[in-house]
Amino acid sequence: MHGKGFISIWFFIGVLLTAYGVLITASGIYHLYTPPEHPVVLENLHADVWWGAVLLLIGLFYTIKFWPKKDEAAGHQRAEDRNERQ
Amino acid sequence: MPTALLLAAASNKLLSLNAVDLAVIALYFIMCLGIGFYLKRFANTGEDFFLAGRDMSAWIAGLSFVAANLGSLELMGWAASAYQYGILATHWYWIGAIPAMLFLGIVMMPFYYISKTHSVPGYLKLRFGEPARALSAISFGFMTLLMSGINMYSMALVMKIILGWDISFSIWVSSLTVAVYVFLGGLLSAIFNEVLQFFLIWLGAILISIIGLKEAGGWSGMVARIHKNFPGQDYTHLWQGLGHFADNPMGIHWTGIVLGLGFVISFGYWTTDFLVVQRVLSARDLRSAKMAPIIGAAFKMCVPFIVILPGLLGLAVLPEHLVGEAQANATGLHSYNEVLPLMLARYCGPGLLGLGITALIAGFMSGMAGNVSAFTTVWTYDIYRALIRKTAPDSHYVAMGRWSTVVGVLVSIGTAYLVMQFLSIMDYVQALFSFFIAPLFGTVILGMLWKRATPAAGFWGLLAGTLSSIGMWLWVKVDPSALRYVALSTDAKDMAENMYRALWSWIICVIVTVIVSYLGQPKPESELVGLVYGATEIPHERDLAFYQRPLFWAAVVFAVFLALNIIFW
Repeated sequence: MHGKGFISIWFFIGVLLTAYGVLITASGIYHLYTPPEHPVVLENLHADVWWGAVLLLIGLFYTIKFWPKKDEAAGHQRAEDRNERQ
Repeated sequence: MPTALLLAAASNKLLSLNAVDLAVIALYFIMCLGIGFYLKRFANTGEDFFLAGRDMSAWIAGLSFVAANLGSLELMGWAASAYQYGILATHWYWIGAIPAMLFLGIVMMPFYYISKTHSVPGYLKLRFGEPARALSAISFGFMTLLMSGINMYSMALVMKIILGWDISFSIWVSSLTVAVYVFLGGLLSAIFNEVLQFFLIWLGAILISIIGLKEAGGWSGMVARIHKNFPGQDYTHLWQGLGHFADNPMGIHWTGIVLGLGFVISFGYWTTDFLVVQRVLSARDLRSAKMAPIIGAAFKMCVPFIVILPGLLGLAVLPEHLVGEAQANATGLHSYNEVLPLMLARYCGPGLLGLGITALIAGFMSGMAGNVSAFTTVWTYDIYRALIRKTAPDSHYVAMGRWSTVVGVLVSIGTAYLVMQFLSIMDYVQALFSFFIAPLFGTVILGMLWKRATPAAGFWGLLAGTLSSIGMWLWVKVDPSALRYVALSTDAKDMAENMYRALWSWIICVIVTVIVSYLGQPKPESELVGLVYGATEIPHERDLAFYQRPLFWAAVVFAVFLALNIIFW
């Protein structure tokens, strides 16, 4: 997915999952100390903590592995130059 | 889903979101729009805008191929069907998809790809001429906008029921987001977002299955609980109850599943519906184009684990028995259609609930973007350029594609409001869909595999198949006893009727095409190069290692498909 020099889709996915991981894990940790008024079934599993951590790990993996490289930034610039000429 | 009753029940929302959930949903919308704005600079030519530059890898095209098939009610609707009919609903994911997807990859894709067509109607133009293309393009455009509007309304209704959101708010926010990112980046943007949405659907929905199996005590524990909760009923076997129409809750016979669903409807949809085929046409080379549907089939085979399994788990663990819409409305109990939100509420606290709702919204938006980008291409290339303005610069057609995206979305929104006024349209949508898809498969497959098929035969076969399907539908509407001829049994339910009507209309299309072909002169073979089996040299794959060959992976996927059917027999 680098043929035209654009940033990989996996990078976008990584960024979003990282953000989700941070939000959901933080929310889960908060609820460890402040249990919700209406706990869900199997609350003791703390799914929000470990699922948030899973999202964070997947997100970080994709973000780092597919971090935009120089040729992608160059492709981005080339596309902008071409558009300006048009 | 009887919509009027759902609407009446919508005053009591099932779930409440907190700030973290809303942040999760908001981030999703921001990312979708950000991708659209980023990709605009890469979508300047017709090839870029309508076919994503034909530069997608097999993985991207394959994931997008599956994601575009997901509609607003894919998750909720099939989870509800699983609660109502048990594991029988899985047929729509396995025999109703896998063989057809593999057939597309191995047999049909070379012709679509080598012909360099922009669309399925475009292939019909090359093979059969302008009349067949015009008929196919106009019926596809009409159906796509109608389906898009219906899906849009369904999604908004679901959001109203689950979250209490205003219907107009849901319709405008989600559809305008899709319009903006497709307008900006065309198919490239649609595909990027579909891959993102595919991930979110999985990550948002799989948790229900994981925690549900934990609560139920694994698969065997779940089956034991279902038997205890519903004694004497079989919800966990795929084929055992299909010996007679009356032996299963769907009212269907195995011949309907195998021939109607597994052959005609499935092959028609997965091999000729441009909504999904367009994704594969964006592949960067022939091998990627062949691999994409095979990769898609592997993922499609797994979807029951996030769609069907939650419905089955609902049978096992929910303390109350869910009922049909009419009974739910009369008694205040929850209906089958609410099984997925109920399971979400059961296991997902703040944050995870937002992720689950994002999965539902992503399902809708991926289907909507699929409809819009396919409509835009067919409108621009197969209607506007073919019938209205035959010669214009490429930039003119790109501009037309962009603006037809906006118009297509606005027409879909109008359709959604029309559906809101005339709810019975919803009840007919599956029938309408089958009018066009089954005969189109007959026309395309004969066109690809039979050199003798003539241009006139392509048009008349398609027209006869479509009209006969509409005719059979009207016949049963006027005289319900005709069901014993159309669906072979008066016990047949709507789904079974759709299956058999599709089968007959396909047979009629094929017979008319063959007869008309023998009455006329075939095209010379030189005009069939790149379009028909026997007249096209398909690049060989002998130089590839066996594990790089599409045929090897198709065999692997088919073996797993067979094994799953045997395991859950």
